Amino acid sequence: MAETISGSKSSVNDSSFLRIDRLSKHFDEVAAVDNVSIDIQKGEIFALLGSSGCGKSTLLRMLAGFEMPSLGNIFLDGADIAKMPPYERPINMMFQSYALFPHLTVWENVAFGLKRDGMPKEQIAERVDTMLGIVKLKPYAKRKPHQLSGGQQQRVALARCLAKSPKLLLLDEPLGALDRKLREQTQFELVNIIKKVGVTCVMVTHDQEEAMIMADRIAVMQEGKFLQVGHPTQIYETPSCLFVAGFIGDVNLFKGTVEVDQPDHVIIGSPECKHYVSHGITGTLGMEVSIGLRPEKICLQKHEPTDDQRESPSERGFNVSQGTIDGIAYFGKFTLFHVKLDSGMVIKASRENAARHEEHTLERGERVYAWWDGSDVVVLTN
Amino acid sequence: MDIAKRVEKNGFLRFLKRDWGKRSVIGIPYVFLIVFFSLPFLVVLKLSVSEADGIHYEDLASYVDGIVNIKIKLSNYIFLSTDPLYVETYWSSVKFATINTVICLIIGYPFAYFMARSAPGIRPALLMLVSLPFWTSYLLRVYAWKGLLDDHGVFNNILMWAHLIDEPIKMMHTGFSMTIGMVYTYVPFMILPLYATLVKMDLRLLEAAKDLGATPWKAFWLVTVPLSKNGIVAGSMLVFIPSVGEYVIPELLGGPSTLMIGRVLWDEFFSNNDWAMASSVAVTMVGLILIPLVIFNKYQADSGGAKGV
Repeated sequence: MAETISGSKSSVNDSSFLRIDRLSKHFDEVAAVDNVSIDIQKGEIFALLGSSGCGKSTLLRMLAGFEMPSLGNIFLDGADIAKMPPYERPINMMFQSYALFPHLTVWENVAFGLKRDGMPKEQIAERVDTMLGIVKLKPYAKRKPHQLSGGQQQRVALARCLAKSPKLLLLDEPLGALDRKLREQTQFELVNIIKKVGVTCVMVTHDQEEAMIMADRIAVMQEGKFLQVGHPTQIYETPSCLFVAGFIGDVNLFKGTVEVDQPDHVIIGSPECKHYVSHGITGTLGMEVSIGLRPEKICLQKHEPTDDQRESPSERGFNVSQGTIDGIAYFGKFTLFHVKLDSGMVIKASRENAARHEEHTLERGERVYAWWDGSDVVVLTN
Repeated sequence: MDIAKRVEKNGFLRFLKRDWGKRSVIGIPYVFLIVFFSLPFLVVLKLSVSEADGIHYEDLASYVDGIVNIKIKLSNYIFLSTDPLYVETYWSSVKFATINTVICLIIGYPFAYFMARSAPGIRPALLMLVSLPFWTSYLLRVYAWKGLLDDHGVFNNILMWAHLIDEPIKMMHTGFSMTIGMVYTYVPFMILPLYATLVKMDLRLLEAAKDLGATPWKAFWLVTVPLSKNGIVAGSMLVFIPSVGEYVIPELLGGPSTLMIGRVLWDEFFSNNDWAMASSVAVTMVGLILIPLVIFNKYQADSGGAKGV
């Protein structure tokens, strides 16, 4: 049974399963997708992340076969599929609005693709039952899509596109149509099913949280290009540019000039403070840069940071600024502080609400020291 | 307390007013149907079972000397079901209406499909073109076909001039000319409801079908056609029902062989002056043809075809 679900045997790990090779799509001279290349491994969940109009959907539609590439190739499991019509590709897509056939029952929806393959009737019945079992919808087989809740419809759509054991599964904003509460719960369920089936998956989303939770790797897209490709932690901790840093999560940006450029550390001066960056950068002395710092990396306290608290003694006097607490937003599991630094810049700093913090609560209007480690800083060039 | 009461009262008044508005809006079509359909139909029904006394029709019920006399004359209906002319006319009407509906569907579906899939900017223009014939009187347009189809009409003249034929082909006053006239007149009534259902269809469903392995042709038959079922039913009704009782087109373009109820009705009313007979022909038409259609239509709607589309 497990084999029929995955529909494939074990694979060689280091060979790429889906290769997108210098793929471009132009609409009237405008490049929606611009010379994109990527290798995706078998069994990987790969997310295309970007705001609307960044070309992520066009790329997905080229994989599905709904758009023909202007240039470039797509190889799936060794075969060039770029010119194949959608109905011949071993690829199935889960649509954003699910696109369930309203005139067919749940059972018939799942069986639709299998019937097109000319599978014998008994096998279709068996396969549909298996799929409905996986998504826990067996009791709903005879219902029409409009008689189901949004979450159930999403599961029917998933069962329908996994039924044919595709080599590649495409998800277009898989959770976009669900409400927040249901989304969280569904994210894990969806990943579990995909991993259980073992299908390679490319998903499109504008929701960075969704991408970080579900994907093994993320490609951040802007204007038809990949800005950065990497594991969620890489994208979050070491964004490659200002756009990525700003798109994924919250970030404080300091503007500064490189004052000391050493292979193992850099010192950058900004109106707020002197920044000690404990790694080298590819830059030159006097270069204008931005310094990115995540809110949760900033410590707020009433006294100046001691050497014991510091990562290394060489950071003494660096990476610290004084300011006044300007606003406090309580989010339950963490609290977000807005701190107005003496330079006039307002930074965001978050603090987890574990019990031990309660002994030194911070009040609005209080003077605080904001400090951070040199290894938590990301230097971004413009 | 006092304020709360007043608010409640105002709320109730508003509700009453709103309800009144709602009722009157819903009421308009009811009043219309009662005045212009139910009452005339009851008059016709009464005529069909009344005894004629010259131009005077007797009452169905009379009360004389403590005795209620109810007199319902069924001989017209008995005559209808036994006279082969009437039976044949009904069959012939249904046959021509069916042919008309099928041809309208064959012509109208691709037409509506093309309109619904064309660029949104040009759709209003295409819609206007479909309704353009309505700007000229229906009678004139049907009459114009005479000029085209006559023995010395445009078509025959062209064919003769091109030496494709030596003598005119008999087209006028045949089933052919009548069918052309009917299809020409009724095809917009097929196109418009079909267009309305096709244009709101979610095109992603077709992509989903292709994604699941359906060729474009299969996707059309398995997704587009079933989802336009409501349009097909509505268009077919709009074409079939009036074509059964059509009078003008059979009269102008039909011949002796094209029996239609409309013409028989006319003859009974105005040539034979037998209003009772004519009424029973009309009532039978409603009973035999329209009522089964209404039931069919209701069954269609109930079976879930209308839902979720």
